[in-house]
This record gives sequence, C-alpha cells and structure tokens, in this order.
Amino acid sequence: MNSHLQAQGTVPGVDARGVHGGRSYLIGLLCAVPLTVASFWAATTSLVYPPAVPVLLAALAIAQMGVHVAFFLHISSAPDQTNNFLALAFGVFVTALVVFGSMMIMAHLNHNMMSMDELTKIQR
Amino acid sequence: MSAADPALPTEIGIPLSLRGAATIRVVAGFGFWLFLLSDIILFAALFATYSVLSSSTAGGPTAAELFDKKHVFLETMCLLASSVTCGFGSLAVQRTDARAMYLWMATTFVLGVCFVAMEGREFAGMVASGAGPSHSAFLSAFFTLVGTHGLHVSLGLVWLVIMLLQATTLGFQPMVSRRFFSFGLFWHALDIVWIGVFTIVYLGAR
Repeated sequence: MNSHLQAQGTVPGVDARGVHGGRSYLIGLLCAVPLTVASFWAATTSLVYPPAVPVLLAALAIAQMGVHVAFFLHISSAPDQTNNFLALAFGVFVTALVVFGSMMIMAHLNHNMMSMDELTKIQR
Repeated sequence: MSAADPALPTEIGIPLSLRGAATIRVVAGFGFWLFLLSDIILFAALFATYSVLSSSTAGGPTAAELFDKKHVFLETMCLLASSVTCGFGSLAVQRTDARAMYLWMATTFVLGVCFVAMEGREFAGMVASGAGPSHSAFLSAFFTLVGTHGLHVSLGLVWLVIMLLQATTLGFQPMVSRRFFSFGLFWHALDIVWIGVFTIVYLGAR
C-alpha cells in the first residue's frame, strides 16, 4: 500500500518520511510553547520599542503557524506533496488578499471620507 | 499504514496520467484538506471584518479594557495541548491501539471542553457587564469571529464523541480510521486559526 500511496502523492497529516510519529508532535510542541510565551511576553513588555510590537507579534504568529503546518499537519514541499502544498499556497494567497485587501480599501475609504460634522453641515 | 520506507518514491518520474487511480484515502484526505482551506478563507473574511471594525467602539468599552491576557493564555495552552494529544491519538489509531487511542482522545476531549468552557465564561461575563454583541460594531465583529471559532471547536467535540462511539461499535475499520484522520486535520487547523485569533484580537488590543 505504501509504494502505491507514494505514487499518488500523500495526504496531509501523513508523514511519509523525515521525522516520524510521536517525535514530530513533541518537536512541534517544544517549538510552539516558546513562541506562544514569546507572543504574550511581547504584548505586555515595555522592553520592546512600542511601534515595533505589532511587527514582532506578526512574525511570531507566522512562525508558529509554520510550526503547526510542518509538525502537526505534516505539510511539506516534498515532491509527493505537490497537490497539498499548491492548495495551501492558494489558500494563503486568498487569505492574504481578503485580509490585507479589505484593510487597505477601508483605510483609504476612511481617509477620503468627510467627517460626520462636515457632512451634516453640507446637508443643511 | 506504515510509513517506514524513507526512500523517495521512484514513481515520481512517471507522468500523472499513467499512474492509475488514487486510493480512496488519498482522495478523501485531499478533499478534506481543500475543505479546511476553504474554512480558513471563511475565517479570513471574519478577520478582515474584525480588523476594519476593531476601533469602532461607539463610545463603549475598547479591546484593551475588555480582555484578560492571562485567561487567554490558559485558553491557548489548552488548545495547543489538545492538538498534541490529538496527534498522539491519531498515531494510536494508525497502530490500531485501542487503549492508547481512548486515553489520548479522551484527553483531547477534556482539554477541548476546558477551552469551550473558558470561552463561554468570558462571553457570559462580557454580556453581563453590558459589552454584548449589540453594543458596538467592534463587539459584533469580536463575537462573530471568536464565536465562529468556538462553534467550530464545539462541533469538533461532537464529532470526536461520534468517532469514539464509532470506534467502539465498528472497531478500526478503514472508514473509521479515515474519519479519525480527517478529525485530526480539522483539530490542528482550528489551532492554527486560534493563533490568528489570540495574536490579532487579544494581543493586538492596545
């Protein structure tokens, strides 16, 4: 069954090679806990230059998502995972478009919108 | 299913069209993976809504005033731990080791219930103090985003109970282990969404 499976690509979550079984989850846990603690620390500390905190939080979150994808979902760019990886890339692309696109459009709208006071003055 | 062969597949050089039909396990796994990605795109829309509305508090309480970071940290740890125990449970399903499977999956269930209970308590406290979803656009967006995630976790718990019942009555048949496997993917994906929630909603509040 194994050789047949590899011929067709593997499903997400199945570790065809590399780190096996329970070790993969333990490595994931050992990477994810410090990243989580670092996120909560970065949000409360005064040691980090305040305007840089959101960037630091974003970097920590993306790193932790990467850890989860690699060690919990076992998605990789290996040749037998092309389909899974392409689907993930497309999902990330659409997610980024939706989130950053909305934020950009709404920020521009807010910027170009007349304030409520001015609007009511004109209507009078 | 053993995955002991570390060698690269030799069939990679063969064109896809000549390789024959994929196994049902591959088809089902890939289909579920596509569903999970579409679910994540649903969350992307809710994240976008929250990001746009997070400062529209209509004179009500702001994000920085409402959230208790310690509480959220405990919730995060519950969900992370349950993701790992779910992974060990999936491995036990692959080994068809019933005792280990019940142990790990029961732990997963308890940790998931802890998470949902903590979130429910937070929501109830907010509504009781007058910061319900109808108070401002910010709170509507908050309850929609975090509530949708909580609903996913709750439905995942129902699914887990059904899977445990199926494992008891049907044993480790191929279809049962396939469903367990999809459940594992679902649970890990929810944990990934939660990383976005605690970073953007709870830690981004300032």
